[in-house]
Amino acid sequence: MEFVGKILFMAVMAIFVQNFVLMRFLGLCPYIGVSKKLDSAIGMGMAVIFVMTMASTFTWLIHTYLLVPLHIEFLQTIAFILTIASLVQLVEMVIQKTAPALYKSLGVFLPLITTNCAVLGVAILNIQSEYNFIFAILNGLFAGIGFTLVLILMAGIRERLERAELPVSMKGMPISMIVAGSMALAFLGFSGLKF
Amino acid sequence: MSILIYSVLTLGALGLIYGLGLAFASKKFHVEIDPKIESINEILPSANCGACGYPGCAAYAEAIVEKGAEINLCAPGGDEVIKHVAEIMGMEATTADRKVAIIHCQSGGKDNTNFKYNYQGIETCKAAILVSGGPNACNFGCVYQYDCVKACKFDALHIDDNGMIIVNNDNCTGCGACAIACPRDLIEMVSIKKRVHILCASHDKGAVSRKACGNNTACIACTLCVKKCPVDAITMDNNLAIIDYDKCIVCGMCADVCPTAAIFDPLKEVRAQKKAAAKADAIKKKLEEQKSEENKEES
Repeated sequence: MEFVGKILFMAVMAIFVQNFVLMRFLGLCPYIGVSKKLDSAIGMGMAVIFVMTMASTFTWLIHTYLLVPLHIEFLQTIAFILTIASLVQLVEMVIQKTAPALYKSLGVFLPLITTNCAVLGVAILNIQSEYNFIFAILNGLFAGIGFTLVLILMAGIRERLERAELPVSMKGMPISMIVAGSMALAFLGFSGLKF
Repeated sequence: MSILIYSVLTLGALGLIYGLGLAFASKKFHVEIDPKIESINEILPSANCGACGYPGCAAYAEAIVEKGAEINLCAPGGDEVIKHVAEIMGMEATTADRKVAIIHCQSGGKDNTNFKYNYQGIETCKAAILVSGGPNACNFGCVYQYDCVKACKFDALHIDDNGMIIVNNDNCTGCGACAIACPRDLIEMVSIKKRVHILCASHDKGAVSRKACGNNTACIACTLCVKKCPVDAITMDNNLAIIDYDKCIVCGMCADVCPTAAIFDPLKEVRAQKKAAAKADAIKKKLEEQKSEENKEES
């Protein structure tokens, strides 16, 4: 029971309280860039969930069984980036083969997951928080879900804003920035949650 | 020392494993791309101008191969590109109906145009037309700040000594950038085969536009051309004659009857020469016939 409670606590923490985009401000590039259409936002979200979970798994394994025994933890960043980059390449190939439409709608943003700081962030946070293997994977999964949630919310808002009557100077990017700020303020409310 | 060796070995091994893994994956998940798309993409001019209606040359190449898009849509490429694309697709080359820019105002450059005041503001047409309806006496004409020339990427618009804008049909790709740049909508993309144009965009009443225009090219809404046109291609729209280029047969009859110089027909002289030649031929024939008849009668 305690285990389930811990997982739930972690889920709420990763998705709402410590949301990667709105509270930690990681992964802002796709947050603004891929949130124009709901379809591509969902696709991007799924890709990020997948990459984050896989990255958490592999980086934890590499850190625990390779870097720590050899006492070369200082190579953490470069080893993680290497792992994540290869993973993203793999995901890109698989998506191109299995879902060409999704591949097209993601466009340049799929390779950009490589340099997405949210993915590297979750890998490093897993190590810093000294999670065990299961928790590291779950943290990656929940962080990805949190990212996707925010991305989809943003895409929904922006799709409606397309049809809204706005002053010309506010159209497009400016209003998106304001919406992003408002959402971050709203998510700040979650930090009052107590268990 | 051991740390150094471990670091190098670890990263080297990681890189090697990932590289091999990716190489394997790229074989396994290889996606066949139609080689036609690539070769067409190489032929297209890579201007990414969007004149074909697709977002960039690569998208157009894909559309040709996969969706069967028309092969004659590339304006900057011209006939050369169409020929090559036709070869690749195994189709017959269809010549593009090339469009070029027509400026519907020829008020005669800075010397001839009647100005209300001397505009000395920001050098853009958009700003110039805001100051009490523009510096021209005519509220519809070109204000000579050359937004269209600045917008042209293909060096097709030139300014002559008098400040008039001259379209170089050879360079014009019909991309329409100048038409978008013109705040008075004076520029239209028209098929190069249509040679007769109305060089006025004034919706003012006849007397007003005649007075305002400095070059006698104003349409004074006399409707003579509308009545003369054999195919009913000209219609009046709020005191301005407009040619429907779909119907126009380039006969030049409207230009003949126009009391001002509003209708421009570059083929006028050619037509006159042809007409004269035809007349001379007819007379010659008649004379010869008469002669032969006389000969017959004599014999």
